Amino acid sequence: MDALQKVLNYCEETAFDLDFKKAKQWKSAAKNRVLVGYLPIYFPREIVHAVNGLAVGVMGAGDRKQIIKGDAYYQSYICHLPRGVVEMALDNNLNDFDGFVFPAICDCVRNLSGMFKLVKKGKFQRYFDYPQNFTPETGGVFYRHELEKILDDTFKVNGLKTSVEALNKAIGLFNRNRKLIEEIYDIRQLFPWRLSAVDTYHVLRAGLAMPVEEHNVILEEVLGHISKERGEEMDNIRVVVSGSFCEQPPVGLIKSIEMAGCYIVDDDFILGSRWIQGAINDTSSDPLGAITDAFLNQSTFASCYYDVGNPKGKRLVELAKRRKADGVVFSAASFCDPALLDRPEMQKECDAAGIPHVNFQFHENTGQFKVIKEQAGTFSDSIKLWS
Amino acid sequence: MANPKEAVKEKSMVIQKEMLAKQFSELSKAKETGKKVCYTFVPGNLIELIMAFDMLPVYPEINALQSGMRKKSGGYIKDAEKVGHSEDVCTYVKCDIGMFLNGNIGPTGEKLPEPDLLLLSYTGCFTFLKWFENLNRLYPNAEVAMLHTPYQEDGKITQEQIDYMVKQLKEEVIPKFEKVTGKKFDPAKLTGLLQNSVEAENYWVKILEMAKNKPSPIDAYFAGVYYMGPINTSFRGSPECVEYYKELYKEVKERADKKLLPVTPEGEMEKERFRLVVEGPPNWTNFREFWKIFYDLGAVIVASTYTKVGGVYDQGYRQDPSKPLESIATYCMGCYTNLNLPQRVDLIEKYVKEYKADGFLINSIKSCNSFSAGQLMIMREIEQRTGVPVGFIESDLVDPRYFSYANIKNRLESYFQMLEQRKIILEQEQVQA
Repeated sequence: MDALQKVLNYCEETAFDLDFKKAKQWKSAAKNRVLVGYLPIYFPREIVHAVNGLAVGVMGAGDRKQIIKGDAYYQSYICHLPRGVVEMALDNNLNDFDGFVFPAICDCVRNLSGMFKLVKKGKFQRYFDYPQNFTPETGGVFYRHELEKILDDTFKVNGLKTSVEALNKAIGLFNRNRKLIEEIYDIRQLFPWRLSAVDTYHVLRAGLAMPVEEHNVILEEVLGHISKERGEEMDNIRVVVSGSFCEQPPVGLIKSIEMAGCYIVDDDFILGSRWIQGAINDTSSDPLGAITDAFLNQSTFASCYYDVGNPKGKRLVELAKRRKADGVVFSAASFCDPALLDRPEMQKECDAAGIPHVNFQFHENTGQFKVIKEQAGTFSDSIKLWS
Repeated sequence: MANPKEAVKEKSMVIQKEMLAKQFSELSKAKETGKKVCYTFVPGNLIELIMAFDMLPVYPEINALQSGMRKKSGGYIKDAEKVGHSEDVCTYVKCDIGMFLNGNIGPTGEKLPEPDLLLLSYTGCFTFLKWFENLNRLYPNAEVAMLHTPYQEDGKITQEQIDYMVKQLKEEVIPKFEKVTGKKFDPAKLTGLLQNSVEAENYWVKILEMAKNKPSPIDAYFAGVYYMGPINTSFRGSPECVEYYKELYKEVKERADKKLLPVTPEGEMEKERFRLVVEGPPNWTNFREFWKIFYDLGAVIVASTYTKVGGVYDQGYRQDPSKPLESIATYCMGCYTNLNLPQRVDLIEKYVKEYKADGFLINSIKSCNSFSAGQLMIMREIEQRTGVPVGFIESDLVDPRYFSYANIKNRLESYFQMLEQRKIILEQEQVQA
C-alpha cells in the first residue's frame, strides 16, 4: 500500500466513523475541552476552536447505519438527513458531545433543532440563524450576536472566554485549511485522475471529525502526492456537481458518476469547509468582526442563501466556466426544497450559457446507481460525441 | 363521496364575501387607478404598513389555496413540473408558478396585476425565501424588499432580535415602499391602523375562546380558516375588519348562549360527540368533503394551530400602536410557525387541556416541511403529557394527487372509534369512583 493510500484509508475510516471516536479521544485527552456537533453546511468553526473546543460536522448517517428509530420521527416525505441524525442521537453515537448547532438551512433542520431540545441531547442545542440581510450594520450585527450566543453556550460548559489571540490563531489555521483544500481542487481541475472525487470527498469529510491542525497535515501530505503525476488520464468529461450542499450523497453515487466517464472537477459536497472564499483577516483586533465580515462578503453560493441581486444560477455558470467543465450534474437529495426549488432557474442559466446538464435525485443511504450510471454515461457520451 | 348541498351562509359570511369582492375588484382596476401592488405572504404579514402606503396586497399562497378549492391547482402544479420543478417540493409554490404560466388569472376569473413590490417576510417558512427568488425572476421589474424574521429558537423574542427587525424595516423595507409609491412614510397613519388591529384582535380572541363552551358554538379549524381570513390577510388594520369581527362575535355569542353547535356547509351540527385539537394546515383541494367526514361523525375542532399562523393572539399578544415598528417586529416573530418545537408542543398541550379536548389530531402536509418536520414527535409528546388519544392523517395543501378520501376516512373512523371507547372507559371509571 503506498503512502497516499494509507492516508486515504485513514480519512475514509475517520469520515464515516459514526461514533466520532477520534473527536471523543481528543476531548478526553485534556480538561475543559468542548465538543460541538454541527449540522451541514457552514459554521464558523474558528470560534469553537478559540475556546478549547472542536466543532465536529454531523453530516448524517449515510448508508452506514440502518435507520429504525429515526423513521419513527419523520414521515416518508421528509428528507433523509434528519432521520439519520436522530438515529445517531438515540443510538448514543453522539454521546459526549457538549452541544449541537443547527445552521439555518431549511425548515427540516430548523425543526430538528427543536427535537434535540425536546430530547435534551447535549448541554445546549442552538439554531444558528444566518442573517439574510448583508449590510454590516444590520445583518452583520445580527450575525455577531449569533456567534456570541455560541460562545456563551461553550462558556457555560467549560468556563473559558475567548481572546483576540486565540481567535486570530484559529482563523489562521482555518485559512490554511481552506487554502489547502482549494489547492487540491485546483490540481484536480487540471489533473482529475490524480485523486478521485470519492477520495477527495473522504479527505474533506474526515476534516470535520478531527482537529484542524491534524487535518492541515493530512491535506499537505495529499497535496504533496498529487502535485506529482500519478494515475492515468481517461477520456472523461469534466463536470461540476451541484445540489448536494446539505444531505450528502452516498459514496456509491459519486463513484457511479465517475465510473460513467465524468471527472468531478467541482462540487458542493462538504461545502461548509469551502464556504468562505479566500482568507479571513487573522491579524484583526476584532476577530469576531473579521469572521462576520467574511460571512457577509466572502460567502459562496448555496440554496440556503438568499440570492436576489447575486443569483446562484449565474454563479454556478461562472464556476463551471472557471473549472472549464463540460457540463453540470444536478444532484439533489429527495425532498430537499431549497435545492429542488433552485434547480429550474439554475438549469435555465446553464441553457443560456450553453452548458449541458443532467439531473439526479438521491437519499443519503440509497440511490439508483445503475440508472444514475447509465444516465451519467449517456450524458458523458453525448458531450464527447456532439459537443 | 360527499354530495354537497347548498352552503348555509351567516351574515358575517356575507360581509366577508363583500370585503373580498371589493378587494379583488380594486386589484383588477389597479392599473387604471394607479394603485401599487405588493405581493407578500400571510404569516407575519405587514398589512398595516402596506395599507399605510395605500398599496394593494396579493398573497400568493392565498391564490394557491383558492386555486385548490376551485380545482385548478392540479393542472397548475403539473405545468410547473413541466418546466422542471420536482414532485417533492412545496405545492403552493408550484401552483403559484403554474398560475403565472397560465396568465395569472385570480380567483375571480380576472388577471391579477403584476407586483410593484415583492415584500419577502419569511416568518417560519424557509421555502418562502425560495418562492420569492422564483417570483423575482418571473417579475424582474418589481422591487424586492427582504425582511428577515429571526426564528424563536430559544423560545423567546429578544430585544436584539426586535432591534434587528426594526433596523431592517427602517433601512430596507420602508425605503422600498417609499420608492415604489412615491409617498413618505407616515408613522401616525400606521399607528391609527394598528389601533384598529388591536380592536379586531380583541374580538378574534373572544371568538376563538368561545370554543371553550360545551358544546362549542364554532369549529375552530374548518370554519376557523374562514374566520381568520380578514385578520390574517388583507384587512387587519381596517375599520371593515373591526366591523366584521364585531358581527362574527355577536353571532357566535348568540350561538353559545343558545347552546348551539357550529354551522357547517350543510347546516347546524346536532351533536358534539368529540372535541378535537388539530395541528397542521387543512387540505384545500377536497376541503368540503374533508370537513364533512368530521361533522358527519360529530367531531368539532375546538382549537387549531393553523389558525395561529397569522398570530398567536390568544396567548396575549396585541399590536402596540405606541411603538408601531417594534410592534410589527414582535408580531412577525410571534406567529405559530416561527415558534420552536418545544413552544409548539407547550401550546398544543395548553389547548388540549384548556379546551377540554377528547383527542389531538395531526393533518400532516406532504409538501409543508415547516409544519410537518417534527410532527411525529409532537404527537408522542402530547400523548404523554395529556393522555388523550392522538391521530395522524396525511394529505397535501393543493396537490389533489395526495388526497386519498378513502384512506383518510378509514383512518379517521378508526380514530373516532378509539375516542369513543376511551369515553366509555372514562365514564365507567367515574361511576366506579
